[in-house]
Amino acid sequence: MNVPALKDSRGHTRNRLARETARGQASVQPGLFGIRTWKKSRLVMAFIFGAISIFPLLYMLSLSFQPTSDILTSTPVLVPSHPTLQNYVAAWTENSFSHFFLNSLAVAFGTVLITVAFSSLAAFAFARYKFPFKEIIFYVFLAALAVPSVELIIPQYMLALKLHMTDSLLGLVLIYSAENLPFSIFLLRGFFEAVPRDLEESFRLDGAGTLRVLSRLIAPLSAPALAVVAMFTFNFAWEEFVVALTLINTPAHRTLPIGLNFFISEHTTQWGPLFAGSVIATLPSVAVYFISQRWFQRGVSLGGIR
Amino acid sequence: MTTEVASSANEHPVVSPPGARSRHWYRFSRLATPYALLLPAGFLYALFIVYPIFRQFDVSFYTWHIFPGVANPFVGWSNYSRIFHDPAIRTAAWNTLLFLLITVPIQMLLGLVAAAFLTDRLPGRGLWRALIFLPVVTSWVVVSYVFAYIFAQQGGLANAVISIFVGHAVHIDWLAQTWTGNAVIWMVSIWKGVGWSFIMFLAALDGVPRDLVESGRVDGASEPRIWRHVVMPNIRPTITFVGVLLVIGASQVFTQVYITTGGGPYGSTGVLLTYAYQQAFSFFDFSYAAAIASLMAVVVLALSIAQIRVMRRNDGS
Repeated sequence: MNVPALKDSRGHTRNRLARETARGQASVQPGLFGIRTWKKSRLVMAFIFGAISIFPLLYMLSLSFQPTSDILTSTPVLVPSHPTLQNYVAAWTENSFSHFFLNSLAVAFGTVLITVAFSSLAAFAFARYKFPFKEIIFYVFLAALAVPSVELIIPQYMLALKLHMTDSLLGLVLIYSAENLPFSIFLLRGFFEAVPRDLEESFRLDGAGTLRVLSRLIAPLSAPALAVVAMFTFNFAWEEFVVALTLINTPAHRTLPIGLNFFISEHTTQWGPLFAGSVIATLPSVAVYFISQRWFQRGVSLGGIR
Repeated sequence: MTTEVASSANEHPVVSPPGARSRHWYRFSRLATPYALLLPAGFLYALFIVYPIFRQFDVSFYTWHIFPGVANPFVGWSNYSRIFHDPAIRTAAWNTLLFLLITVPIQMLLGLVAAAFLTDRLPGRGLWRALIFLPVVTSWVVVSYVFAYIFAQQGGLANAVISIFVGHAVHIDWLAQTWTGNAVIWMVSIWKGVGWSFIMFLAALDGVPRDLVESGRVDGASEPRIWRHVVMPNIRPTITFVGVLLVIGASQVFTQVYITTGGGPYGSTGVLLTYAYQQAFSFFDFSYAAAIASLMAVVVLALSIAQIRVMRRNDGS
């Protein structure tokens, strides 16, 4: 990514001087649309796209603070007129939602741990060793990028039955990790290959073994890539729906995405607590995204999220 | 095998072996290390991804029962021939195709338009970019519920807005009718998907050499001509890449259908994977579901070969 994009990624330039400088550069370097003539219409367009993108999420946030009477009225309330926290209290205390939250947290962290560790080891092998069938093995790993999770749910369920891993959080962690390995190995291999070999050799001459080279040299130098892997894996595990829906039976082992289903019964839907729960479920992913927007978008442009 | 590997290790000398160890041990460890490093990931991947792929094909040739102790007879291709004589799956296949043909081009077009307007310096560019990408970060489950509420018969926003325009209260049950239900599924998918193609195209547009654009302007070329002859050739690989990934993704549509309409009414908004899922986990017809999924996998494989080719070309440039 080029330098102006990096400078811009926080959204606002901090002070007047910086803003003027930015404008100065812009007029020196007119963009694809010729900045001076198009600036207003580009802003309008950006606003329209931004507003449409954010509206349903803001609406969800607003609904989560509304009492049931406002949610079900025929004149929808956009801004809460009687703001209340009762939905959050209900969501958190009823239906053991706090329990789902802890389950999701455990599954997400377990998945991140296993994925980061295993994909680092594998990527190190691909980046630094020559061995028979190397590229074939690599492409076998890559092939799964085209086989999304839903496609394999039936045999995975049968396998989980055989391994007595239905209704187990460990089963979720292992399947999620397996599904996150291909992209992670693909991403890390590129980064690991970029670490100079001289550095590795001087490490080895000092008597460092393979694992030491990986943990003390390669990993610290590839921190951004490891962060991207960790973030994507966290979000994947945090949001995953189909595998959890299929494998988990008992309420005690539900994760957040399938826990939300508890607010819906045959005839009524408790929209208020459902959206309060949705907000709780959404906050961690959004937080992870905003904390590390730059890395995140770079990872996405490498094909990480669909 | 040993000699062959040892020679390849010799071509690639890294460091001298630590003094105490014998040369043989060094050679062996040099040979075994990469495989040892691959072992944890390889094991997990083989067990939970590769084995299921083959197991799915395998099961599709039997009548597999979930209960242990019941015979699982071999039935050959009959699960596959059933696919072609099943009127209900035609609806699901048609809905999947329609979903693909509608959501993929619109996502790409909107993503490209947004990226074109937001490339280069613009006040608050980072903010706009974050907002447009936000739907991608949120989960399918959550946004499906939000859209289910917006189009709910009781208290939904869509009905309320229409009420204002027509002057009296309307109670359309959007999710319980085929076309409106499908439209809601398309809408939520496009809304959530645009941010991804936007980011992909933005990265591609950032990579278009500005001096080429400038020299085009100096030569008096119009903006559409510059787009056609300078910008488009530069972002074409990205367009292909995004298109292929979106097509693969669209063929796998599941969660938003499962949550908003549940495939109803009477399967009329169902897609291939919701249909297969229902066969397996509602009717316990795992083998038929596996046949459907396997057939889809073959189609997706053809697409993914194209995908890997595009990825390699992207690497090269």
